[in-house]
Amino acid sequence: MIAAGIDVGSVATKAALILNDSFYSIMVPTGWSPREAGQTALNQVLEQIGATAEQLQYVVGTGYGRVSLPFVSQTVTEIRCHARGASWLRPGSEIVLDVGGQDCKAIRTDRQGKVLDFVMNDKCAAGTGRFLQVIAAALGSDVSELSEQARGHKAQSLNSMCAVFAETEVIGLLAAGVPPGEIVAGLHQAIARRLASMVQRLGPAEQLVFTGGVARNESLRETLEKILGMPVLAPREGQMAGALGAALIARDAILN
Amino acid sequence: MKSNIAEGFQEIREQNIMKVKEAKEQGQKMVGLYCTYCPKELVLAAGAIAVGLCGTREEPIAFAEKHLPRNLCPLIKSSYGFAVSDTCPYFHFSDLIIGETTCDGKKKMFELMADLKETVVMNLPQNPLQEASLELWASELRRVKELLEERFQTELSDEKIRAAINLTNREARVMKRLYDLNKARPALISGLDMLTVSWQVGFNVDREEGIGMLEDLITRVQENAAQGGTAGAAATPRILLTGTPVGLGSEKIIALVEESGGLVVVMENCGGYKTVDILADESDQRDPLRVLAEKYMKIPCSVMSPNRGRLELIDKMIDEFQIDGVIDLTWQACHTYNIESFWVSDLVKQKGLPFLQIETDYSASDRETLRVRIEAFLEMVK
Repeated sequence: MIAAGIDVGSVATKAALILNDSFYSIMVPTGWSPREAGQTALNQVLEQIGATAEQLQYVVGTGYGRVSLPFVSQTVTEIRCHARGASWLRPGSEIVLDVGGQDCKAIRTDRQGKVLDFVMNDKCAAGTGRFLQVIAAALGSDVSELSEQARGHKAQSLNSMCAVFAETEVIGLLAAGVPPGEIVAGLHQAIARRLASMVQRLGPAEQLVFTGGVARNESLRETLEKILGMPVLAPREGQMAGALGAALIARDAILN
Repeated sequence: MKSNIAEGFQEIREQNIMKVKEAKEQGQKMVGLYCTYCPKELVLAAGAIAVGLCGTREEPIAFAEKHLPRNLCPLIKSSYGFAVSDTCPYFHFSDLIIGETTCDGKKKMFELMADLKETVVMNLPQNPLQEASLELWASELRRVKELLEERFQTELSDEKIRAAINLTNREARVMKRLYDLNKARPALISGLDMLTVSWQVGFNVDREEGIGMLEDLITRVQENAAQGGTAGAAATPRILLTGTPVGLGSEKIIALVEESGGLVVVMENCGGYKTVDILADESDQRDPLRVLAEKYMKIPCSVMSPNRGRLELIDKMIDEFQIDGVIDLTWQACHTYNIESFWVSDLVKQKGLPFLQIETDYSASDRETLRVRIEAFLEMVK
């Protein structure tokens, strides 16, 4: 029995397979065609276990590109998939915070990873991967370098959380001679505050699972932990949580 | 199969434009209203046509933004936009506009609108529990009555006002009977059909004709139901929509719920269920203006403080309509509904149901991101 999940995000497309309680996954850039990216990711993850598409029993699609996948058995929202996947990665967590390329969402779940409540920022780039990308570009660095850049620096306070205005502000600070490390630390501070206020709207919790591409930023994770005053767990496979959740939902569908 | 429930209602707004034009040419007067607080009984008693002009479409907003700030409720911008661009025939033919000091945005917008057409703005008190509020509202009703008498050269006798109260009550009762059909599970009418009917029927020049159409529709839906015709199945998630008002052109939340497999079985907002139970007592022999003032002070709108009536109504509707989840719609920059969402969320979650607040405007730009949230919300229901 093979169950698969495909999560077509705005930046990366993720595919996950579940075979005999083990999970396999892969990530490819989404590029311009979500449909092709979905197909490529699925083929590559099948190759990992030497299986073919015919052996797939059930495929669940999620993410913004979910409707463009012709081969899925069912589509499910990324909110439900992330909740399910994250609580499988870190059982017992009550809140999942997923920060992706173009939105961020905080989800309260029960022990089984079922969604109880959620809040989502989907109208504005502030606090998303896109925001970090814009600022990294203004600093002449890559988004993957931001975490290191901020390490050990005090945080320069930033006034603007709008991606457009923040870019202007960053350029101004650079011109005034503020070290880039302080700007990045300040940026993390500002984003973490914004994310924390989303999380706090869901009520108290013991710990939080942090997923999505932005969760790979270790400095941001630490900053968030300090502000929230609770453990913020960023599992290594966090970016796969959506695809994994989709695969788990696919497995449920087969078992039922 | 496409539903034909709303058949006969889809074109009322368009068809009635000619009737209004003819009526005007024969000397009939017309008054444009923007709110459920407007005492339409007085307009009807004056023998004038009363028509709701609340802007529910995106198109005129660009015109409005030449004068009004962008960061303002789309309903206010749309209302003003229709007026300033002269693209609403009903505004065009109105002899007089009646507005109220409901929220900050509206009352200041009416100041601008007064440059376009004669506009009377009623001073709406905002604490419904104080005797002074009732007295103020009764005196505002008297001011409007006298203004209508003078403006339209007519006399608003108690008898005429009581007849208008009777007509308005009959309209509210037939609307309630229609909405109540959806207490059945499965529901009988989709949210989009219900909106089409309730929104369009307000454009009838002949109000008796509107009541007749609604009565026929109720019979039709009941006959259809007797033969197994329903909207959705017994397992279809039943959603209550509350918050800011919705009309044709701003129905995107209802459309998204119904495209995603749910059903908006009833709306609590104005234009929906909010006012159908609030009737002026026809047996009350006191001054009809006082009776009307008491009626209007009972409307549970978020501009009132306190406004516990809205929560009591939502609580009751959740039980009576067998609701599975509640969506609270806030138009961008509507502070009163936005803040009140805190209490609504509290109530709905205490009743063990999923709750979703959506803040948006009339544009289609966030339709797909809203779809994700609404689908995820419906997944919580199942």
